[in-house]
Amino acid sequence: MAKTYDEINEKIKAGEVVVVTAEEMVGVVAEQGAAAAAEKIDVVTTGTFSPMCSSGAFLNFGHSTPRMKLTNAWLNEVPAYAGLAAVDVYIGAAEVAKGDPLNRDFPGEFNYGGGHVIHDLIAGKDVRLRAKAYGTDCYPRRELDTWINIEDLNECYLCNPRNAYQNYNVAVNVHADRDIYTYMGVVKRDLGSANYSSAGQLSPLLNDPYYRTIGIGTRMFLGGAQGYVYWQGTQHEPTGERNDKGVPTGGAGTLATVGDMKQMDPRYVVGVSMLGYGASLALGLGTAIPILDEEMAAFCGVSDADIVAPIVDYSRDYPNNEGAPLGHVSYADLKSGAIEIKGKRVPTTPLSSYVRAKEIAEKLKGWIKAGEFFLTEPVQPLPSPEESPGFKMLNYRPIEGEQAPPTDRLRSEGDTRLREGSE
Amino acid sequence: MSERRIVLRFPTELIDQPVISTMLERHELRFNILRAHITPDEEGLMVLGLEGTEQDLDGAMQWMRDQGVGVQPLERDVVRDEEKCTHCGACINICPTGALSMDVETREVSFDPDKCVACGLCVPVCPPRAMSVSF
Ligand code: SF4
Ligand code: SF4
Repeated sequence: MAKTYDEINEKIKAGEVVVVTAEEMVGVVAEQGAAAAAEKIDVVTTGTFSPMCSSGAFLNFGHSTPRMKLTNAWLNEVPAYAGLAAVDVYIGAAEVAKGDPLNRDFPGEFNYGGGHVIHDLIAGKDVRLRAKAYGTDCYPRRELDTWINIEDLNECYLCNPRNAYQNYNVAVNVHADRDIYTYMGVVKRDLGSANYSSAGQLSPLLNDPYYRTIGIGTRMFLGGAQGYVYWQGTQHEPTGERNDKGVPTGGAGTLATVGDMKQMDPRYVVGVSMLGYGASLALGLGTAIPILDEEMAAFCGVSDADIVAPIVDYSRDYPNNEGAPLGHVSYADLKSGAIEIKGKRVPTTPLSSYVRAKEIAEKLKGWIKAGEFFLTEPVQPLPSPEESPGFKMLNYRPIEGEQAPPTDRLRSEGDTRLREGSE
Repeated sequence: MSERRIVLRFPTELIDQPVISTMLERHELRFNILRAHITPDEEGLMVLGLEGTEQDLDGAMQWMRDQGVGVQPLERDVVRDEEKCTHCGACINICPTGALSMDVETREVSFDPDKCVACGLCVPVCPPRAMSVSF
């Protein structure tokens, strides 16, 4: 028998709701079947904790005396985008501190960036705000150098254009004669490692592959607080290949999320540095999936053995948009510690913390049981495979009269060219 | 036969001297360089694994001290900040000795200081910078 959102919320209110994590649901569905699981279980909670570069925060500092319209702003020396009204800025997770040597001393360490600023703010640390302005009649102040604290900000919320990738590549290094440094971590030469980054069976969108219960307005766990989905994430691409359970066999749907930083827990919003790649933010998020019917129970019963990811070469194919995946591999195999590629045993390297993903799913389960978290029906669904225009690559159009810039390939030993900095 | 891991500090004037090879001529030891590094102020640091009799080991360490080399046993130079570690696993294939390893069942990453040779490879690889080496 089908359930409604209202019925489930009534059960939450009455303290009678039955909630399990997506990991626990695997066993329930395997043992009792989807129909019985749908009768018994009301909500399945998911979780994921991993670097999500497309994250950032809007902050409003309040006005200084005299007033100032910020033109350039730095938070602990990390540039924040100030091309907004007077004292609003956006700080992106992947922005690096001014003066960082970047990849000039390869591989660069990127020790402090936007993700770290966001973490420090949430942790209640004072952050130095430096700003410059050209000055106007209404906003005469030209310079500012002061301390700010999350307590004193007006608004501060994470506003992330792309989180929670539904499935992702497994990165390997086939062609380079050295280890490569990527957003997927250090990928060792000669097929020396296979790096993956998904919580698999616990991951939000892998448990609702066609976005039946998640869409604009969906309440969720974001960074330790209750946040929301505000749009499909950038690069949302539901049209790709799916397996017989409807689960995409590669990167697919994404979520754009928003939530109040003042309510967040620094444990789930952690600044990270990817060697040779850049700064980022490891973010914890999770969803609560209503088990409306047998189909939703079956979706949430998906296990690591049912979900496969494409093995992609990051030394040549990925950067240059060449080649095809070297094959597919299940998360069960990835989690065993090693997989086989071209007859070779390749150790696997996870980048996403399953331990913390599970902690998030458990925490969300606790909130629901305690009557602190209610489910929301999407205001509008995310684009479905049928509706989505799919994902486009850049249509490169040469500028008339200008010489095309050189196409860079992988850095080789002795390549001394400096990459452009953001100073 | 005993095994010892030691941290050696070479002052600038000794950096280009054949201290190690002379030591090996005088004492019967097997050795393994676990890490070598010259700091910006030109002090040399070396982490060495030595194998031999207690007598040879003691003798070699004393001889090096006499030459002006700082000698100290390698102890817990590498630490993991347990608050910072997220148990992601990014370090497990970087660590050459298996000191950092993941339990396949619990998915927790453990750090075993006894297996650590203080190579420092994990330090810049760990995304939240939970690992640190101090000499
Ligand atoms: S320093 Fe780090 S990488 Fe090196 S042995 Fe110790 S734990 Fe492993
Ligand atoms: S890379 Fe760092 S955070 Fe990740 S498991 Fe290793 S020590 Fe912990």
